[in-house]
Amino acid sequence: MPVFWLVIVVLALAAVGYILGRSRALNSAGGDIRRLHSLPSYYGWNAALKVIIPALLLLVVWLLAQPFYVNSVVSKMIPQAEISEGSSRGLVMAEVRRTANGLDSIAAAGLIDDDATRNLRVDTTDVTKLLKDAGQVVTSGITQPVLAAAQHYRIMKASGDLIMSIAVVAFALAGLLWGVRESHFDFRARNVVEQVVKALLIAAASIAVLTTVGIVFSLIFNTWEFFRLYPAADFYTLFEWAPSFSGRGGASSLGILPLLWGTFYISLVALIVAVPVGLFAAIYLSEYASPTVRGFAKPMLELLAGIPTIVYGLFALLTVGPMLLTVFGDDGLGWMQGGRAVMTAGITMGIMLIPFVSSLSDDIINSVPQSMRDGSYGLGATKSETIKQVVLPAALPGIIGAVLLAASRAIGETMIVVLGAGAAARLSLNPFEAMTTVTAKIVSQLTGDSDFASPEALVAFALGMNLFILTLALNVLALYIVRKYREQYE
Amino acid sequence: MTDASFTPPGRVPPPRHGSLITLDARTKKRNAAEKRFRMYGIAAIATGLIFLMVLLTAIISNGKGAFQQTFITTQVFLDPAKLDKNGNRDIDDIKKVSTFGYTPLLQNAIFAEVTDRGIETPLSKASEMKALTSASAAAQVRDVVIENPDMIGDTVEFRILASSRVDGYLKGRVSRESVIRDKSIDAEHLDLTDALVDAGVIEKRFNLSFITGADASESRAEQAGMGVSILGSLFMMMVVLVLSLPIGVAASIYLEEFAKQNRWTDLIEVNISNLAAVPSIVFGILGLAVFIQFAHLPQSAPLVGGLVLTLMTLPTIIISTRASLKAVPPSIRDAALGIGASKMQSVVHHVLPLAAPGILTGTIIGLAQALGETAPLLLIGMVGYIASNYPDGIASGFLDPNSAMPAQIYEWAKRADPAYYERAWGGIIILLVVLLSMNLIAIILRRRFERRW
Repeated sequence: MPVFWLVIVVLALAAVGYILGRSRALNSAGGDIRRLHSLPSYYGWNAALKVIIPALLLLVVWLLAQPFYVNSVVSKMIPQAEISEGSSRGLVMAEVRRTANGLDSIAAAGLIDDDATRNLRVDTTDVTKLLKDAGQVVTSGITQPVLAAAQHYRIMKASGDLIMSIAVVAFALAGLLWGVRESHFDFRARNVVEQVVKALLIAAASIAVLTTVGIVFSLIFNTWEFFRLYPAADFYTLFEWAPSFSGRGGASSLGILPLLWGTFYISLVALIVAVPVGLFAAIYLSEYASPTVRGFAKPMLELLAGIPTIVYGLFALLTVGPMLLTVFGDDGLGWMQGGRAVMTAGITMGIMLIPFVSSLSDDIINSVPQSMRDGSYGLGATKSETIKQVVLPAALPGIIGAVLLAASRAIGETMIVVLGAGAAARLSLNPFEAMTTVTAKIVSQLTGDSDFASPEALVAFALGMNLFILTLALNVLALYIVRKYREQYE
Repeated sequence: MTDASFTPPGRVPPPRHGSLITLDARTKKRNAAEKRFRMYGIAAIATGLIFLMVLLTAIISNGKGAFQQTFITTQVFLDPAKLDKNGNRDIDDIKKVSTFGYTPLLQNAIFAEVTDRGIETPLSKASEMKALTSASAAAQVRDVVIENPDMIGDTVEFRILASSRVDGYLKGRVSRESVIRDKSIDAEHLDLTDALVDAGVIEKRFNLSFITGADASESRAEQAGMGVSILGSLFMMMVVLVLSLPIGVAASIYLEEFAKQNRWTDLIEVNISNLAAVPSIVFGILGLAVFIQFAHLPQSAPLVGGLVLTLMTLPTIIISTRASLKAVPPSIRDAALGIGASKMQSVVHHVLPLAAPGILTGTIIGLAQALGETAPLLLIGMVGYIASNYPDGIASGFLDPNSAMPAQIYEWAKRADPAYYERAWGGIIILLVVLLSMNLIAIILRRRFERRW
């Protein structure tokens, strides 16, 4: 683990910098702490930060950039003839990387020494067999250009690693020198250190933005790839979802509409369960319940929110499904064929959303000013009339916001639908039939062994893109409504 | 509201002889409506609580069986003629005997138990005892023999796993009707099981290996355990804790204490509140595209899982940390600034320690959330992998393929054998116990250290 040791070396140099910087500043003040501009430890931290930050920054950038550079150089070495029909330069490069790793393990296993691996030739040695002996999985017979590319790849990687180590240590040493030389009693160490720390704080806060950028780019980039292989018009208008795993491209029909229908249908059922129960529970808890009842029932309901979704998924698959099947199945009303259905997933998801709806609505109902209630009571209204005609209309925008947030949760929910809703994409009105959703298909297209270059796998990114946009729009709308509503009464 | 008091002109309202003592029809109606409305509320809360009870009952009643397992205690004669043909007790020779060599010894041992006790059964051959034992039993005996080669030739008592069908029969999962079409076991075996239970040869015991053991192949449900995936979750949580706590606290300090109102700050705030509501599966897509496709980090590794969950938990931690920083009264900051501390010193020396209990509570709750998350782990490949090997070291714990608790539960729920459903419920009990204790710690921390100003 050279990177690990490199980090250790940098940290050790930083510790040296701390001690040297601190003692040099104290010496320059003749040991009198009152003559220093800052506390002694700030001089130490100044030197330490100057060692750590540039060196580690360089390390990270180098680690990210080196593979790209090496890949681009080595992939130019592969002659066009080497790329067979139906293959691509990327696949051959993957083979080159595997071969290079294999050569590493050959040398590590001591089958032949390191110099010999550099001079291996396909026509004199059975390299493929040698690689397999070393435990490396390679797909086909290794050809001479691939082997040569792999050998070059190894050499470049080794020399790159060496240069990186030297450069990082040099940066660290330079930082050490810089930080220690600055340590003088009138140097404003505290200001410098605090500026650096503040920059680090800003960097930490910016990770949220970076995450969003990462999400958006990984979605856009792969969706773009997908639309190059598969027409976007078909994706948005076909009423059929039938991915084929044998053929590539045209053989599959990948229409998002049945998936969207399943998603909306299941979310609708979930909201029909969750909204009345959650809303009435919130009304009762905030308007009627005594403190003891509230103190017991509210945490109990919120327990439902703390249960992981995999538990709900299993509950749908093994409890709700069979339960519904005994009533609506062939032995009962005969509407239901199997345990997995829109109702199964919808009801379970509704249970999951009850606490979500109730605690959001509870907050909103509580923030309706008491004076409005008092006015209503003063006119002779009963409690329920006050709630129905004063409190709820006043809270309505906020409650709509809460329902929209719940809907966005329902649309993005994965585990319940993966386990409870079934796998067949269907456009049907019968809620007792199995349907599938966008999230369930993202999971099924991206797990398994399909390679990431086929439209059948890339379609998951396009689905994810639509899911992201849909939930984002719902969230933004809901937050906007809730904020508007809050402003009204604050 | 208004139409009740509004009387159209030209119509004389009927005289109302209302009394304060007798309720008129309209008041009765209004009171009934009041009562009804109240009942709706009670019914809603009752529905919620009933759902909770049903859920918990389903989990406990289905899952408690996983903590018990059926074992067969039997005296196995370790036949030297079979296990050590050369008779020189050479360990390499002993290792050459595969599990197939041990299977007949076990079957003979159990058959001997049957005949010695005079149990009548139509099963007349030792090889018909195969349906009673787990496929892993031979490997278990083999491991013991290789550890202690001196045992060969002795008769040693072993406690071996019964097959999952026998286990299911004792737990009520397998019945005489359901075995008719079952190829691996017959009704005669069940009769024999009953007799052996009476004789004390077959018994149910507490199953520690469910908590500590590794996952097993599809056909050996009786052997599968959560241990390896618990370790996977543990390594993932370490990554999440080490990354999300410092980054989350740093981000909150900046936003709460230093940030000026400008575009960049606004952008960060909007991003954090939106990320908190992005579906978890989208984070899985991010992890797949950035960490695995782009950065070539190893697939299925707890390190990658931890990174993805870190990004997911950060908004939660930032939101709760900001709330606890906000709760520290400004007078503390003013006092620190007044005696000459810099802004940074006032935050680090005074505000942060006072907010620490709240930050810790928020972090534990965020970690608990991350621990139960499954969907992103499916995409980075922590499913479909049989978590059968314990990591052999810290580095291997972070980098080698592993599963996580919720992913392991999902994996079991997908398998065809109903014996695995029991395991999945049992896994949920373990997961919920861990989550509950994390939340309890958070509540206790809050109670003990929370300060109100």
